[in-house]
Amino acid sequence: MTTHAVADAQKLTTAARPPERRKSTPWMRRRARLGWLYAAPTAIFVLLLFVVPLFTVGQMSLSDWSLLGGDKGLNAPGNFTGLADNPLLWPSVGFTLTYTAIVTVIMLTLALGIALIVQEASRWNSFLRTAILVPSALGLASASLLFWGLYSPNIGPISPVLEWLGIIDEPMSFLGTPTAALWSTVFLVVWRFTGFYMLILMVGLQGIPADIYEAARIDGAGRWQTFRRITLPLLRPSIAMTLILCITGSLLAFDQFYILTKGGPDNSTITIVQLIYREAFQKFDLGAAAALSVVVLVALVIINVVQVRALREKE
Amino acid sequence: MRFVKNLTRTPYYVLTGGLAIIFLFPLVWSAFASVSAQGGTSQTDGFGFGNYLKLLEYDAGLGQFILNSLIVSGLTVAMTLVISLLGGYAFARFTFPGKNALFLLVLAILMVPYASLLVPLYVLLGNIGLVDSLVGLSLVLTMYQLPFSLFMMRISFEAVPAELEESAMVDGCNSFSALMRILLPAVQPGLITVGLFAFFAAWNDFIAPLILINDSAKSPLPLAVANLRQQAMGAVDYGVTEAGVVVLAIPCIVLFLALQRFYIRGFMSGALKG
Repeated sequence: MTTHAVADAQKLTTAARPPERRKSTPWMRRRARLGWLYAAPTAIFVLLLFVVPLFTVGQMSLSDWSLLGGDKGLNAPGNFTGLADNPLLWPSVGFTLTYTAIVTVIMLTLALGIALIVQEASRWNSFLRTAILVPSALGLASASLLFWGLYSPNIGPISPVLEWLGIIDEPMSFLGTPTAALWSTVFLVVWRFTGFYMLILMVGLQGIPADIYEAARIDGAGRWQTFRRITLPLLRPSIAMTLILCITGSLLAFDQFYILTKGGPDNSTITIVQLIYREAFQKFDLGAAAALSVVVLVALVIINVVQVRALREKE
Repeated sequence: MRFVKNLTRTPYYVLTGGLAIIFLFPLVWSAFASVSAQGGTSQTDGFGFGNYLKLLEYDAGLGQFILNSLIVSGLTVAMTLVISLLGGYAFARFTFPGKNALFLLVLAILMVPYASLLVPLYVLLGNIGLVDSLVGLSLVLTMYQLPFSLFMMRISFEAVPAELEESAMVDGCNSFSALMRILLPAVQPGLITVGLFAFFAAWNDFIAPLILINDSAKSPLPLAVANLRQQAMGAVDYGVTEAGVVVLAIPCIVLFLALQRFYIRGFMSGALKG
């Protein structure tokens, strides 16, 4: 047993070396079995809760499938062609893209600015970091509920304060018009997520070696030059990651609109995921919901592949 | 000299102080609004806990909703920890056929929209009686934690020198006892990070319970507070909603402040770099 363990240990250290394809020894077969044993819970979870549902959604998208009636046979490509008939489809696609663009530009600019400000170690900065990070500990649903009260005409504090200051004459409506509802939601999301992206960018900033800045300073580079020529290029991997996370997250927005605006006013703030939810659980048409899901899934994979390519090439 | 330095830094303090106020204000306001007097709420006169008392008696009762949330969070954290501990060990220390394919498959979970999976999961879990079940909900939430937690645990194990378990194996440990006795303490910080993220995700998740839970007595807290707005005889009660927000936020903020180090570790690890 002990000698076997020694052999195990020796092979463990050589295992990392590049492949001199040896015949599989009993020891290796045993390690492989053990590896599978430890990975088994992961594999079972992924298989049953990810792979199987993925096939089911594909099957549903090709079937006439209602929430209560279940599978009622093939309906291909009816679910897909039917999507175009939904009058909310294109408005929701347009709205989701607009929202994504606005949130991504504002939030990442702000997060980068704050990351640059707070990266230096000091007590005040560590307080600042914490203050900006605390909202990201809240759930998005909790934050949406919080702002639902904050924006309300009944108990919201913002309108009264602005009226008292004489900036506005009559109560402001935060969710009453499509534009106001959009920007109110953008503010909520920026409040909730900026800390998260600030942290990713700050970790990236701290990974830039100090002597590069030192060299730039000696060469007489100004602040802006240093930022343009050193910080931004070296921060590229972190910026790329925040971009991908922020764009993907915004395209899949749901909670904030479901809770805060309820898609209103006049269905002006309906996102694609909300449309999936409505098809499935308000119109009870799982086939249509699945078809839309498949389209979103394919679009998202394409968008992410394009993003990863684009952000890598320029390196 | 120091005075001059401080003086030139004044715009900096005004700007950053303003930022801190903007980010903290909504939190402070919600706590204030939940106990202060407002028309149309259960606290119409002075400061007090009227809104909280109403929340206690709403529908199945605040206690029930908190219990539901604790069950879901507890199960999700426990399952995530066990699976990612074993899985991280497998991926970091063993070679087995299909290893890379399985790892990529786990990461692929990140690419699939949440809602796209919840529709079929609703049907599939329904078939085996796990719709309207806190266990079913926890299973789904755990699956969604796998990409981050498995990645995190894999790099945690990879950071531990192999000599550590080799010497344990020389002393006659098998791989499982080496894991439990030698490696577990070494990867403990990684486990805390994974557990913390799993708790935040499970405690706060909204769309999964919205779809998978129909019985209001089984609602986790976020769903219950969101639903509470709709009833109350047509009139919207903002006070009780803000009280609900405070109850939802307190555990998260306390845990965050206590374990901030581990939260930030999750970002340092590169586990988010995918």
